[in-house]
Amino acid sequence: MSRISATLDRLHQQHKKALIPFITAGDPEPAIMVSLMHGLVEAGADIIELGVPFSDPMADGPAIQRSSERALKRHVSLKDVLAMAREFRERDDSTPVVLMGYANPIEAMGHEIFAQRAKACGIDGVLTVDYPPEESQEWVAILERWQIDPIFLVSPTTPQTRIEQVAKMAKGYVYYVSLRGVTGAPTLDLDEVASRLGQLRASISIPIGVGFGIRDNATARAIAGIADAVVVGSRLVEEIERSPHDQILTNVARVVAGLRGAMDEASQAIAGR
Amino acid sequence: MRVYDLPDRYGHFGPYGGIFVAETLIAALDELRAQYELSRNDAEFQAELAHELKHYVGRPTPIYHASRWSAHLGGAQILLKREDLNHTGAHKINNAVGQALLARRMGKSRVIAETGAGQHGVASATVAARYGMKCVVYMGSVDVARQSANVYRMKLLGATVVPVESGSRTLKDALNEAMRDWVTNIEDTFYIIGTVAGPHPYPMMVRDFQAIIGREAMLQMQEEYGRQPDALIACVGGGSNAIGLFYPYLDGDIRMIGVEAAGLGIESGQHAATLTRGRPGVLHGNRTYLIQDDNGQIVETHSISAGLDYPGVGPEHAWLKDSRRAEYVGITDSEALAAFHSLCHYEGIIPALESSHALAYAAQLAPTLGRDQLLLVNLSGRGDKDMGTVAQASQIML
Repeated sequence: MSRISATLDRLHQQHKKALIPFITAGDPEPAIMVSLMHGLVEAGADIIELGVPFSDPMADGPAIQRSSERALKRHVSLKDVLAMAREFRERDDSTPVVLMGYANPIEAMGHEIFAQRAKACGIDGVLTVDYPPEESQEWVAILERWQIDPIFLVSPTTPQTRIEQVAKMAKGYVYYVSLRGVTGAPTLDLDEVASRLGQLRASISIPIGVGFGIRDNATARAIAGIADAVVVGSRLVEEIERSPHDQILTNVARVVAGLRGAMDEASQAIAGR
Repeated sequence: MRVYDLPDRYGHFGPYGGIFVAETLIAALDELRAQYELSRNDAEFQAELAHELKHYVGRPTPIYHASRWSAHLGGAQILLKREDLNHTGAHKINNAVGQALLARRMGKSRVIAETGAGQHGVASATVAARYGMKCVVYMGSVDVARQSANVYRMKLLGATVVPVESGSRTLKDALNEAMRDWVTNIEDTFYIIGTVAGPHPYPMMVRDFQAIIGREAMLQMQEEYGRQPDALIACVGGGSNAIGLFYPYLDGDIRMIGVEAAGLGIESGQHAATLTRGRPGVLHGNRTYLIQDDNGQIVETHSISAGLDYPGVGPEHAWLKDSRRAEYVGITDSEALAAFHSLCHYEGIIPALESSHALAYAAQLAPTLGRDQLLLVNLSGRGDKDMGTVAQASQIML
C-alpha cells in the first residue's frame, strides 16, 4: 500500500480527515523549504502538496502564480524541488509528499527519468494539472511502474463518463475542485460540493479531497464534515507572501494549526453522532 | 495522392496538438467542439459566415502583382494576397467573425480574447460590437505600452482592455489570463482564440476559418494567371495566416515557406523562431515546439513585431515541419524593416511588421529564381499600427 493510501486509511480509522497544505517549492527561497515542510507536519498536516514552479501556471490564481514567480526568480527547477523532497525524507519517513505542477518541466526532464528520480527522493504522488486522463495513458503507466500515485482533478463540470475514467486511473486520492475558477477564487457553494461528493462516491472508491477556495477555518471545518481531505493552498501562499521573513515559519504553522483544530472539531462532531 | 485529414478526433497532428488543460476547462471544450462540428456541417451557418465575410469584412481580397518591386529585385514575380484590405486591416477578422457567429449560436453574451499586437483584440472588439456582445481583451502590459493606438481602437469599439502584469507581460501571459477568465465565467463566456494554437478544437477551428485565404487564392491564381504559384510564403507567430494560406494547398506539392521572427539574430538568443530553435513540449493546451530552457520553463522571446513575439507555435505547423511538407526560415528585425520600407517605396503599400517578415524572405528568394516563377506572399495585415515602432527604429520622434 502506498504511503498516501496508508495515511488516509489510518485517518479514516481514527475518524479524522486529512489536512493537505499546498506550498510552492522554493517560495520565498529554497533554503527554508525543508524547515517549512517539517513545520507543516508539526502543525498538523497529514500530506504535503509541493508545487513545482512553472512560468505559465494557467490553472492558478494570482496568489499561487506570484509564488511561482518568486521561486523562479530563485531559479528553482524541478531538480531542486526533488532535492528538497529528498532532504525532507531524511527526517520524515511517514508523511506523504505529492508534487503538483504542469507537464512541461516534467517533459523537459523526461517522463521515465522524472519518475525514477521522484521515487528515489520519496515522492508519493504526482498531480499534473494539464494532463487530463485522455492524454495520460502512458504517463500513468510509467508512474505506476515506479509506484507513484497518479492524482487527478475532478471539477463541478466533469461529466459522468469522465468520472468513471478518472476512477479507473487515479490512485491515492482524487482532488475535487470545489468551484469554477482558478486556485484561490473567493466563492464556494457548500451545498453544491456536498451533493457532488455524494455523486462522485458512487463511482470513486478512493478518498476524495476538496480544494480551491478554502480560505478560513470555518470553510475547512465545513468541508471536513463532507470530504475525506481538505486541501489549502492560496491561503498559505498568501501568508508566506505577506509575512516578514523571520516570521514565515511561525505564521504558517499558526494558520495550519488553526485549520487542523477546526477540522478536528468537525470530525469529533461526526464521530459523536 | 494521400489526402490530408488531420487532426484526428482528439486534435492530434502527429504527436502534436491534443487537449492539455486542467479538468476545469474540459466541459467547455467539449461543448465548443460539439457546437463547432454541428456548425461546420451546417449549410445555414456556412451561408451566414460567407455573407458576413463578403459584406462586412469585404472579401474576397485581391491578389496584387507587386510588379515594380519584383522588377527591382530582378527575379521571380511577387504576388501579394491582400489580407491587409480586410475590415480592421488584417486576416484576424476572418476568424473573429467565425467564432463570434459560433458564440451567438451557443447563446454566449460575453466574449473574451487575448492579443499581442492588438490586431486580434481589435478584430474581437469589432465583432463583439457588430453582434452586440460584451468584450474583454487581455493584453500584456508590455504590449499595451507598445501598441497604444490599438488599445484605444479596442476601447472605442466598446471593449474593456485588461493589462496583464504577470510573467513576461506579453502575449503568452495574456493567453494564460484569458484562460483563467474563461474557467471562471464558463456559463456565459466564449473565448475567441486568435491563432491556431490552444487546446483542440481551436487549432482546427481557427485554421478552418482562415482557410478562406487559401481557397480564394487557388481560384484567383487559376483565373488570373492560369496556374498556381511556385511557392507560398507567410509569416508564422502562432501561424494562423500561414495555415490559412497553406491548408487548401496541403494535398499538392507546391512549396510552402513559413517565416519566423529571428529578432536580433538566431544566435543572439533574442528571437521568436520557435520551429527553428525550439523543442517540443506542452503549453497553452497543446503539444508543440516551444522556446524553453533546459528545465522546461518558457523563455521570453523577442521580435520587433508584437504579433510574432510568442514562444509557441500552432501544432499543425510543428507537424508540417517534422513531416517536411513545409519549410520554416527566420528573418531578423532589420531584414523585416528593410522589406517594410521597400514595399512602401515601390508599391505604395504599408505592410504590417509581421507580414514584412514574409516579404523579406520573398525578397531574398526572388532574385535566385527565374522571372517566370510566381511567389505568393500573404500580406496578412497593414502597417498603420506599426507607425510608432518603425519611427522609433529609424530614430524619429512622432
